[in-house]
Amino acid sequence: MKGNTTVKLIAFAVWAVLLFAPFFFQEVRQVEVAARIAVFIVLVASYDLLIGYTGIVSFAHTMFFGFGAYGVAIAMKQLDNTWGYWIIGTLAGVLVAAVVAVLIGLLSLRVKAIFFAMITLAAASVALVLASQLSTFTGGEDGITYSVPDVFKPATKLLTDDEGKVAKILGVRMNGKIAAYYFVFFSCALMFWVLLRIVGSPLGTVLKAIRENEARAEGIGYRVVAFRTAVFVIAAVAAALAGAIYATWLKYTGPETTLSFAIMIDILLMVVIGGMGTMWGAVIGATLMVLAQYYLRDLMEVAANATEAIPFLPELLSPDRWLLWLGIIFILLVYFFPAGIAGTIIQRRAAK
Amino acid sequence: MNIVERFGGVFLLPVAIAIIAFVLIGAPSSWLTLTVAGLAMGMMLFLMASGLSLVFGLMDVLNFGHSAFVSFGAFVAASVLAYFGGWLGSESIFLNIMALVFAIAAAIVFGAALGWFFERVIVKPVYSDHLRQILITMGALIVAEQLILATWGGTPTTVLRPNFLEGTIIVGGSSLEIFRLFAFIVGAVVYAGLYLLLNRTRMGLLIRAGVENREMVEALGFKIDRLFIGVFMLGSALAAMGGAMWAGYETLITPALGAEMMVIVFIVVIIGGLGSIQGTLLGAIMVALMQNYVGFLAPKLALASNMLLMMAILLWRPYGLAPAVK
Repeated sequence: MKGNTTVKLIAFAVWAVLLFAPFFFQEVRQVEVAARIAVFIVLVASYDLLIGYTGIVSFAHTMFFGFGAYGVAIAMKQLDNTWGYWIIGTLAGVLVAAVVAVLIGLLSLRVKAIFFAMITLAAASVALVLASQLSTFTGGEDGITYSVPDVFKPATKLLTDDEGKVAKILGVRMNGKIAAYYFVFFSCALMFWVLLRIVGSPLGTVLKAIRENEARAEGIGYRVVAFRTAVFVIAAVAAALAGAIYATWLKYTGPETTLSFAIMIDILLMVVIGGMGTMWGAVIGATLMVLAQYYLRDLMEVAANATEAIPFLPELLSPDRWLLWLGIIFILLVYFFPAGIAGTIIQRRAAK
Repeated sequence: MNIVERFGGVFLLPVAIAIIAFVLIGAPSSWLTLTVAGLAMGMMLFLMASGLSLVFGLMDVLNFGHSAFVSFGAFVAASVLAYFGGWLGSESIFLNIMALVFAIAAAIVFGAALGWFFERVIVKPVYSDHLRQILITMGALIVAEQLILATWGGTPTTVLRPNFLEGTIIVGGSSLEIFRLFAFIVGAVVYAGLYLLLNRTRMGLLIRAGVENREMVEALGFKIDRLFIGVFMLGSALAAMGGAMWAGYETLITPALGAEMMVIVFIVVIIGGLGSIQGTLLGAIMVALMQNYVGFLAPKLALASNMLLMMAILLWRPYGLAPAVK
């Protein structure tokens, strides 16, 4: 079996589990995890388009994610929770993301890649500060809680049985929560598919050419700046859409869930763990990281309690120090497995 | 245009900003206070940013973890100052100064040592690979920040200041904090020292040559790697010193300090242009003046204003105002 096939099989297995997640896992928290995985797969795949396929490092991906989320949140809160306003909010978020991406791209993709990383970092932090300062609009640090279109309310009955109660299929209530989950699942699956098509298209090939040898790509006649800006805009739009979907699922948008630097680090880790430039790796990376986030912290708490007698060690093992270990793992991964899980599988199989 | 060039060219920009601000603010005494605050802050930003700029110029290495040195410097200095708390409160200026010297020296030594570790362990394996450089130094920044959080805790740490630097002096109706004047003088002395080191010594000559054309210097038989680690340590020591000064300036520091300063430091080196200390000084003063003036005129726009300044300058000069490398 070729390595590529193995990776794809794993990714398909993940998607299959996600498809039936509400039936497999009945706990609220587990469905929460499944939805988060779906959204982050799209977010990470769109980031991989930048870092893996084009070789540009952006730290503003959460900013675009936030634009989409805040678009929906503000439309739902300030206007009304109907589908019409949902679409308007999403479009507004996507539009802002696209315009900002064009501005940043044209301004800074001309110069060294490293400048771009710095500029996007600065832009992202300005967005974060603005979100917490313009509190009349964004709810400041507290964020916004709002209602979503009626279909997604837990009280909504999708199917009713003879007595007019919510029908159950395989023991799962067919209510608005299921509708919301499948809305998240199918829109994320669709977007992932679109991203795959982009990578497989002639555009994807040009991007790889630019990553491998910028001067030569320019020499063949491709406008490198234009292509880079275009891919930056595509990634930004995808991130904004993912943000809109996530905001619809959570019914809450705040700096912590969308804009914070911690999420940017999560995305970076997911891309590196999954494998840069593989797209399918995004599925593996996002799944592992989200699972670790939800369940490894519990484990750390146990470890911290177990080592209570030893000085300093509990401090290092406490769940709050989670980022410390992630950082160390991240450094080691970049050193020893720069290709990530998907990349390593593909290389191993190819070597045989 | 020629006349502008003769009087300093782009180096006149801070003056222009100050004049515009003078008109907008309208009150000379507040303007003077803000200008002194801006200059003091600019000098501290210069300390923090100079190392980043030189390291990039010399070795094409951009250290995203640079701000870790700043926060370590701040916290080490705060701890040393707290340890010598008795000396700080005493009337004797000699004891005051000794405590201060110990604190800054501790920050510098710690910064240099950490710089050595960073260069050998974190950066060395990924020379000439920008993508992995960015990722690894970013990872190192996270680890450093978490270590600070684990050591000093998440609650804000109060920084004690020596007695003789407390208080203000009144000049022409505007009150100037003594610590700010002190910070300005320290920054100016360090700048002068760096300038002499780079322009009057043999080592400085090699560094400047290395920034301009590394291969040529290597071909002439100089070990630029060894020079580089020296510059890296110098840069991290300066950043730690900047952090120590910043701790005294803010008097209340949190582990998020590094991440906050990182963005400003990046804006400084982008505006100034990478690789030259003159450019870094220019960028630092412009950013700090801008921050103080806008902070007074329209508080909510302070950080955004620097972003806009950076965008405007990049449109005009994509490599910054006074870069040594292209």
